[in-house]
Amino acid sequence: MSMAETTNPRPDATMLTGEVAGPSRLKSSERPPWMEKPPFWVTALKTVTLAIIVLMMVVPFLHIFAVSFSSYKDVLGGGLILFPSNPTLAAYEAIFNGGIVVRALQVSVGLTLFGTLAQMIFTTTMAWGLSRPGVPGSRAILFVVLGALLIAPGIIPSYLLIKELGLLNTYQALILPGLISSFNLVIVRQFFMNLPQELIDSARIDGASEWHIFWNIALPLSKAVLAVVALFYAVSIWNSFFNAILYLQDSSKWPIQLVLRQYVLQGSDLATAADTSSNTPLPPARTIQMAIVVVATVPILIVYPFLQKYFTRGVLTGAIKG
Amino acid sequence: MWASRAVYLFILPGFLWYVVFHYLPILGNVIAFKDYSIFVGIRDSPWVGLDNFRRIFDDPAFATALKNTLIIEGLQLVFAFPAPLALALLLNSLMNEKVKRAIQSVVYLPHFLSWVIVIAIWQQLFGGEGFLNQILLNRGYEPVSIMNNPDIFKPLVVAQTIWKEAGWGTIIFLAALTKIDVQLYEAAAMDGAGGWRRLVNITLPGIRPVIVLLLILRLGSMLTVGFEQYFLQRGAVGPEAAEVLDTFVYFRGVVNGDWSFAAAVGLVRAVFGAVMIFASNWLAKKFFDEGIF
Repeated sequence: MSMAETTNPRPDATMLTGEVAGPSRLKSSERPPWMEKPPFWVTALKTVTLAIIVLMMVVPFLHIFAVSFSSYKDVLGGGLILFPSNPTLAAYEAIFNGGIVVRALQVSVGLTLFGTLAQMIFTTTMAWGLSRPGVPGSRAILFVVLGALLIAPGIIPSYLLIKELGLLNTYQALILPGLISSFNLVIVRQFFMNLPQELIDSARIDGASEWHIFWNIALPLSKAVLAVVALFYAVSIWNSFFNAILYLQDSSKWPIQLVLRQYVLQGSDLATAADTSSNTPLPPARTIQMAIVVVATVPILIVYPFLQKYFTRGVLTGAIKG
Repeated sequence: MWASRAVYLFILPGFLWYVVFHYLPILGNVIAFKDYSIFVGIRDSPWVGLDNFRRIFDDPAFATALKNTLIIEGLQLVFAFPAPLALALLLNSLMNEKVKRAIQSVVYLPHFLSWVIVIAIWQQLFGGEGFLNQILLNRGYEPVSIMNNPDIFKPLVVAQTIWKEAGWGTIIFLAALTKIDVQLYEAAAMDGAGGWRRLVNITLPGIRPVIVLLLILRLGSMLTVGFEQYFLQRGAVGPEAAEVLDTFVYFRGVVNGDWSFAAAVGLVRAVFGAVMIFASNWLAKKFFDEGIF
């Protein structure tokens, strides 16, 4: 990180949007004249390898979806299920009729929304402050930020801190320890540093306050990078498991990832996870388990295209390579 | 400084957060030198010098956790570390940009899933009554035990790591590959260097700084293989196979209440990590003329 700082402190702003390719990139879909055509077996081997890799990624998801929509008969029949032959929503009806899965989803959605908002406030304000030139001591504070990437506090002291603060078994304990990611902070800071200085200077001459410049000029100009960072934060809260295991004792406060572990990996009795008030028998455990997996995965699949639009060759390399 | 007071106000909340939630807990590691009791508190617990550290090396469970961590890290280094590089080279050799992007979208995805989801998926595919065993049973074969077999747990976690992270790991290599000057390839091709020679003499040296950087960071976190992946599967294969240092610290400290001892283990690990980072950085500078600081 510190090397990246010194080699090129002001990367091209376009790197962050990932829209502009490097200077020496080849034109797409064209073999350069100097490159010989590979022999047939090389092409064949490559195609087969890539096809296997893609199948290894896609088939598991298809299978999970298929099982979650399958009927009792299909699951008992076993064998290759990639498309349910008698699709049914029974498993989803069972988990959405109330009970612990619905509550866990509410908890996770709430945590993700409030957590991301808090993370964005803390990250953008600090990044703005550290991006301003000529502020005495800001270099030292930057080292405090980067040092956090190298030294982690450790499980035991972190737990004791939360305990001393009286935050055990509260939702704050799931958000506060991860309020700022140094990595995201550096990305936002670098973007702020590249905003056109003339714009900021002229606003200042007009008497605009620092807050006004930040809120009305910097943030609107940085929408793309803020969207990516917010998505990264949101995904990490949605997925977070460790803090919940560490700090929450009360199972009624569990977020979805903990419920997933309890009912899918540990195979706890699903009757408590699903609706038990109706008289109809529960769908097979396996289909309910896979429905819980799907429900926990779908939000990620929804935001994934937006994430992907920006991160390819953009955000990460901008921060790491400088 | 007064002129910058508005800017300091922006920095202050974040700075306080770093102090309280990141650097203050680091000081909490003093309990490693005390006989900490949760009822007495950090300040009033008696000092015991290095007693907790002496206990570490007499503890058979620690030895198991250390052994498992080192074996897994070794396997990760040999198999999971080069996997993204190989995949990146393969992707980079694709001429059709659309195909390349489509494949990238697919292979990046598992990175964004939690370990709980990933292991639930693996469980459904390879577990006792999963996809694979259903197929075997239907064809009249014996089912195989993969997810709860302590003997193959270590290769299994490496395979899971590759499945989840290899695609995402390609990003940094692909970025480095685009920075290699195409003229070098052109000149080499003119001089009669074939594809293999160009790979060995241009591509790999061209991305060497990135490889060295990642290797240094990797060695620095050598005793930190992660928590969730092991914690989640520890029940299925047992601690003998799945206990790593992270889970060891958690169970000893948070679950069993042996706080000072667990903190001592955590501290040893952190110091070892720092030493490894500096040592590998020094070696990288000496032999490759590259380093991170």
